[in-house]
Amino acid sequence: MQPFELVRAPSPSDAAQLTKDEHTRLIAGGTNLLDLMKLQVETPSRLADISRLDCAEITDTPDGGLRIGALVTNTATAVHPRVRQDYPVLARAILAGATQQLRNKATTGGNLCQRTRCFYFTKIDQPCNKRDPGSGCSAIEGVAKLHAVLGTSDQCIATYPGDMAVAMSALDAEVHIMKEDGTERSVPVRDFHLLPGDTPWRENELGRGEMITAVTLPPPVGGAHYYRKVRERSSYAFALVSVAAVIEIEGGVFTRADLAFGGLAHKPWFDPAIGAVLLGKAADDALFDEAADVLLQSARGFGENDFKIPLARRTLRAVLTQAVEDAA
Amino acid sequence: MFKGTIIAKEAAKGFEEIQDMAGTIGINGTAHSLPADPRTSLLDFLRHDLGLTGTKKGCDHGQCGACTVIVNGMRINSCLTLAAMHEGDRVTTIEGIGGPDAPSDLQHAFMAHDALQCGYCTPGQICSAQAMLAEIAEGWPSDATADLTSEATFSDEEIRERMSGNLCRCGAYANIVAAIRDVARGRADATV
Repeated sequence: MQPFELVRAPSPSDAAQLTKDEHTRLIAGGTNLLDLMKLQVETPSRLADISRLDCAEITDTPDGGLRIGALVTNTATAVHPRVRQDYPVLARAILAGATQQLRNKATTGGNLCQRTRCFYFTKIDQPCNKRDPGSGCSAIEGVAKLHAVLGTSDQCIATYPGDMAVAMSALDAEVHIMKEDGTERSVPVRDFHLLPGDTPWRENELGRGEMITAVTLPPPVGGAHYYRKVRERSSYAFALVSVAAVIEIEGGVFTRADLAFGGLAHKPWFDPAIGAVLLGKAADDALFDEAADVLLQSARGFGENDFKIPLARRTLRAVLTQAVEDAA
Repeated sequence: MFKGTIIAKEAAKGFEEIQDMAGTIGINGTAHSLPADPRTSLLDFLRHDLGLTGTKKGCDHGQCGACTVIVNGMRINSCLTLAAMHEGDRVTTIEGIGGPDAPSDLQHAFMAHDALQCGYCTPGQICSAQAMLAEIAEGWPSDATADLTSEATFSDEEIRERMSGNLCRCGAYANIVAAIRDVARGRADATV
């Protein structure tokens, strides 16, 4: 690791202020940042320790939802009785990611900000527009098994690697951000992450001088919750494709279908048109294919990841078929 | 709890110098001063600074679990955390779980079941299993748990999923599962 100074930020607004310096990074769990610092992908000259700030609680919101502090660990969220009871898609998504050791350290805010696992991004002797703007993208004609098939650009085909945010997208959660002056703003999780476009180094809405303080979940949404993750081994692997779904079926007809997808893009993929295809219609294989057509209408493979396109179709179909069976 | 102490010199408002802080970390019941170099991982601090070489460095990237220790009751990868961020924390390493003179039930079971070959991953396996049994006792679910709202139940499938952060390149998994299964049953019997 390159030398750095370690400071503790006394408050979230102080932490936000410290991030105005482009060589400063906030550190909480550190499981992603320290890994990247060892690889010299990240070389901050200062780390601001936010791990002991007062953002580590899960509390009920006045409207019956849930506020998950930015420093709540993935474990604490996944085992929380209300998350297990009212938002099982979120508990399932978190439990499907990483290992217990990592989930015990990883935080809500850090998980939202985690970086891609693109092989070229993490190898500093390789061109990468995300790490080294203008140097090129090695993945487009290279090793791209984990890479995106939706929303790619000619600059970057990396994926957002997380599971938690995919479930939060299905639940339409809100990210709360504090600015250096102590004021707050919020952004829907669905809009928090960005597509690569011409600025692949910009991965989310968080700007300099800002810190995530919490994520809020809406009042319980009901329905049946699913998180189906397809990966190369049965535990501790990133998603090739994942589907987070909140489904309601009444009388054989979809009355709710909130769907978000992981492993396919630079962000958790949410498109209201996919669920809209299903609503009010009788569930059958032809309808599932119609929904998959909407999901994949602009999909493009890059050789090694071509398989993701039919895999996403089959995984969506599997989740919807399961939901129909469970509703029967 | 948190007093807002500062780890290194910072010119901005509200920051103090490291010399002002009596920062210590508790390792197996003994307080130690935090390292001067903030780059020191908890793993390197244990092995290099304190000579506690039971905790092993495998990948140094959180992928193998050989460095697993228990911090404030939670198992973590000691390679992916800075020792300086653990002021006031209580760390249990394999040396704190037991040694040749007084091995713990898990250490006994690993020997009895031949749950190792080279033994390099074993300290991490045992620290991980120690915390894992407590997690099941707390009723925490895993990816292998069918019903999130019911109490977690003990099974080989649960052991395998919950121990997936600890790799064994010798492939002693079958006997590792058997050793943990034995201890879980033994502890359950002891509490009846």
